[in-house]
Amino acid sequence: MKKVFFAIMAIAGISSLAAQSAAEKGLQIAKAAEQADLGFGSSTVKLKMTLKNKNGQTSERYLETRTLELTEDGDKSLIVFNSPKDVKGTSTLTFTHKTGSDDQWLFLPSIKRVKRISSNNKSGPFVGSEFAYEDLSSQEVEKYTYKFLEEKGNLLVVEQDPVDPKSGYTRRVVTYNKDKGYRFEKVEFYDRKNALLKTLTYSDYKLYQGKYWRALTFNMVNHQSNKETLLKFEEYNFNVALSDEDFTQVALQRAGQ
Amino acid sequence: MNALKKASNVTNGFAKKWAQFVIRYKWPVLIATIILSMGLGSKGAMEFDGDYHVFFSKSNPELEAFDALQEKYTKDDNIVLVLSPSNGNIFTKENLVAIEELTAEAWNTPYSSRVDAITNFQHTSAQGDDLYVDDLSYESSLKTTSEIEEIKKKALKEPLLVNRLLNEKGSVTAINVTVRLPGEDSAKEIPEVTAFIRNTISEFQEKHPNFQVHSSGLVPLNTAFFESSMRDLMLTMIMMIIVIITTLILTRNFFSTLATLVVVMFSIMSAVGFVGIMGIKLTPPSSVFPTMILTLAVADSIHILITMLQKMRKDGYTKKEALIESMRLNFMPVFITSLTTVIGFLTMNFGDVPPFWDLGNITAFGMTMAFLYSTTTLPALMAILPVKTKQKEEKVQEKLDWYTNLGLFVAKQPARLTLISLVVIGGLTFLATKNQFNDEFINYFDETVQFRSDTDYISENLTGIYNVEFSVGSGESGGINNPEYLQNLNDFEDWLNEQPEVVHVNAFSEVARRVNRSMHGDDETYYRVPNNREEAAQYLLLYELSLPFGLDLNNQINVDKSETRVTATIENVSSAEMIDFSKRAELWLKNNTPEPMHAIGVSPTLMFSKLGFRQADSMFKGNIIALILISLVLMLALRNFKLGLLSIIPNVTPVLVGFGFWAMYKAQINTGMVIVFGMTLGIIVDDTVHFMSKFLRAKRELNYNAKQAVIYAFETVGKALVTTTIVLLTGFAVLSTSSFALNSYMARITVIIILAALIIDFILLPSLLILISKKSDSKAKVTTFQPQVQLDK
Repeated sequence: MKKVFFAIMAIAGISSLAAQSAAEKGLQIAKAAEQADLGFGSSTVKLKMTLKNKNGQTSERYLETRTLELTEDGDKSLIVFNSPKDVKGTSTLTFTHKTGSDDQWLFLPSIKRVKRISSNNKSGPFVGSEFAYEDLSSQEVEKYTYKFLEEKGNLLVVEQDPVDPKSGYTRRVVTYNKDKGYRFEKVEFYDRKNALLKTLTYSDYKLYQGKYWRALTFNMVNHQSNKETLLKFEEYNFNVALSDEDFTQVALQRAGQ
Repeated sequence: MNALKKASNVTNGFAKKWAQFVIRYKWPVLIATIILSMGLGSKGAMEFDGDYHVFFSKSNPELEAFDALQEKYTKDDNIVLVLSPSNGNIFTKENLVAIEELTAEAWNTPYSSRVDAITNFQHTSAQGDDLYVDDLSYESSLKTTSEIEEIKKKALKEPLLVNRLLNEKGSVTAINVTVRLPGEDSAKEIPEVTAFIRNTISEFQEKHPNFQVHSSGLVPLNTAFFESSMRDLMLTMIMMIIVIITTLILTRNFFSTLATLVVVMFSIMSAVGFVGIMGIKLTPPSSVFPTMILTLAVADSIHILITMLQKMRKDGYTKKEALIESMRLNFMPVFITSLTTVIGFLTMNFGDVPPFWDLGNITAFGMTMAFLYSTTTLPALMAILPVKTKQKEEKVQEKLDWYTNLGLFVAKQPARLTLISLVVIGGLTFLATKNQFNDEFINYFDETVQFRSDTDYISENLTGIYNVEFSVGSGESGGINNPEYLQNLNDFEDWLNEQPEVVHVNAFSEVARRVNRSMHGDDETYYRVPNNREEAAQYLLLYELSLPFGLDLNNQINVDKSETRVTATIENVSSAEMIDFSKRAELWLKNNTPEPMHAIGVSPTLMFSKLGFRQADSMFKGNIIALILISLVLMLALRNFKLGLLSIIPNVTPVLVGFGFWAMYKAQINTGMVIVFGMTLGIIVDDTVHFMSKFLRAKRELNYNAKQAVIYAFETVGKALVTTTIVLLTGFAVLSTSSFALNSYMARITVIIILAALIIDFILLPSLLILISKKSDSKAKVTTFQPQVQLDK
């Protein structure tokens, strides 16, 4: 009996060790990815968002985003809508936070006012797309707990469980490319009932400044609604040297005009 | 007998040869039919389809319009869970916590895409230039009494909640679970969702016994269809027992009962094989096929067996002689009645409701096989089984029996009886026109079905279950932000809200008003649609940015933002009122808005509302064809054109009588009842065939005059007709206990029709036969009649 008991203990110990190391390894990978992307400062990029419904009908939107990297807290970003015509100039300013809800302001050119929006609606869709806010906001290590799943050649697969109870997901499964600065190749999103909801695939990667990998195509497929959203980026500009002054309410109003 | 034998024609000879063949090769025949039925049965499959879409053919224009709407917007099904706390107030901390819990659990529903409750309702409030978007009650356990009071105030003011997820008193609330079924296999997906929901409800009630929970919605509707199919299939068991008892009483012979049972079992097994081979998925109307086949098939066997046993008991035939004689006498009548029944059931294919195509085809196949087994398996089995009877001394009939008396009664006063019958039939026919179509699909289920009682509760206490939807176009891409469009949409919304049958309206103009107000610091004077296109478009973008998980604009707005969906929830009204409402709304749009906005009303409710009319229109042609075909069969079988034509009267009038009585009983008819004309025609024509053929035989072979021939017909087939009518009545009476109105109403009116057919065949038909033969007849006197001995039955 004793032998059996020890054997069980040993197995339990090994598996808990393995679990420990899976969590640690996952966290390490996430940190490595964050590290690899550190120091880009700021960037701007124009993009085209194409929404496609289950019947293949599409609608398009053109946007421009500016991002300011922050290390102490989440990044700041400013998004300007360039088309359709009747929303041209509408802009949002977002301060993501490592913990707690983000701050968001909106500028509407038609009434020429800045509105602050207080919402913890991270799981909601971003302007009708298949991307939720939480998919687009900056990827902070603190937002998830991790579990390393497997290694396939240069690809590392890590499960990430969101810490925020308001997240729309139970987990997401991220595929990193460890040889290419731990860039994301694919993310699978599992909804609250743990069913596969969406898959995001990154392609047309380009290396900027010899260090920063940026995918110029994001394709998000919703498996439950059969809708798709395609993001096509133009060239990134890393030489804009933006500062905090470019991410204020005044800057927001200026950007929209 | 000699006269009859002399007249034995080709068919009689064929029937005799057939019988001799079957008896000689009884074992091979039996084994062959066993292999056939087992072979077919092994291909059998019983799959069910509960999706309400099955009631609509692909070309149904209402379905096309509804599908088109669902293509433009998000297509989803739902489950509504309605919670009624015993204290009559939703807004207490305990109750809100319980609702939050159930909402969280409901997110785990398979295929769910969204759960809406009052607690997770996205409430927007504005203070100056700050907008606050938050769950109406998040983490309710931490709320203070005054906060909860505040939540109650907000909720009861919210047009998106009141009469939809919350009643006006705040005593009943709903959680709406939206599911997106992949639609690959409804037989798997729907039960999966239902099982989860039922389990969730029972766990919730265990934990919170102070809540009453009712559930409804499209998924429970589909489940109810599903379960009523299975329940109606179970009626087969009851019918089986009745068949055994009836056969035992009528034949008073164990082996005959056994043989009958084998024949009907084989017929049903073959039909089940047909279902499997054709890949038919059973629905409530088609799932009654085994009971139908049992009811109709048993008559064939009983006819053959009764004659055989009579020949043995009364006339002292040996078993083999009796069997051959019975086959000879019954082959043609059984063939013709099977043929007419098959024709009757096949006419269901003319209708526009696919489940009835299946019912018609399965039953027609089953009846064909029943004919085959009755003329092969049955005689083979009877030849094998040790049937013994004691020959009884023929009782000398002192008194004329009931049927002879009836014959004499009719023969005395044909003109008067004809007149009375026609007056009664005429009156009932007039009444029959008073029936109105009503296909309220909730009322398809009777009160014993939980779906019905729950849905009734919800209609009475919270919101409507029926709705009508309009996809209102603007005529240009992005045009929904055009202030003129928004104002017109707003007017339409207001008009809808003024209609007495409308419970709730969900229109995009409400969103436009709401966002406008939020953008102006919650100033109520801005609770109106924006009057500038850019403003409207940018508000819409803001609204889009604030939508929660699982919701997007596509629920209400099409992809290129040229059309929006208006949903009017309607209280329980009849189909006619529903159609009228939809027409009124369409007319209002025509009169008050520019052309692109002229939408038509669509919804499952409307589809069902129009189903009866559509079915009646399409069945009309089928019924005429059935009538012509069956009359032709009769003319050929009777070899008499005039009588074939005359047969139309006793064949058509029972249906008129049936619907006349129905007008006094319910006055509302549904889609299931439209098929009864073709179906009962095939069944009741048997009575006419039997009666007329005996009448003709008496005239042709025995040279009787019309009155004598009528009495002869009463004596020879009167009892057989009553017997088969009783079997049929029992069968349809069993079906009329179905909790599903398409089946139970159809069965109930069939009961009336079959009964009416017997009475008409006993009163009107003989009277007419006497009247039309009057001129050619000899002037025989009624008083000279002698009752005839039964010759061939």
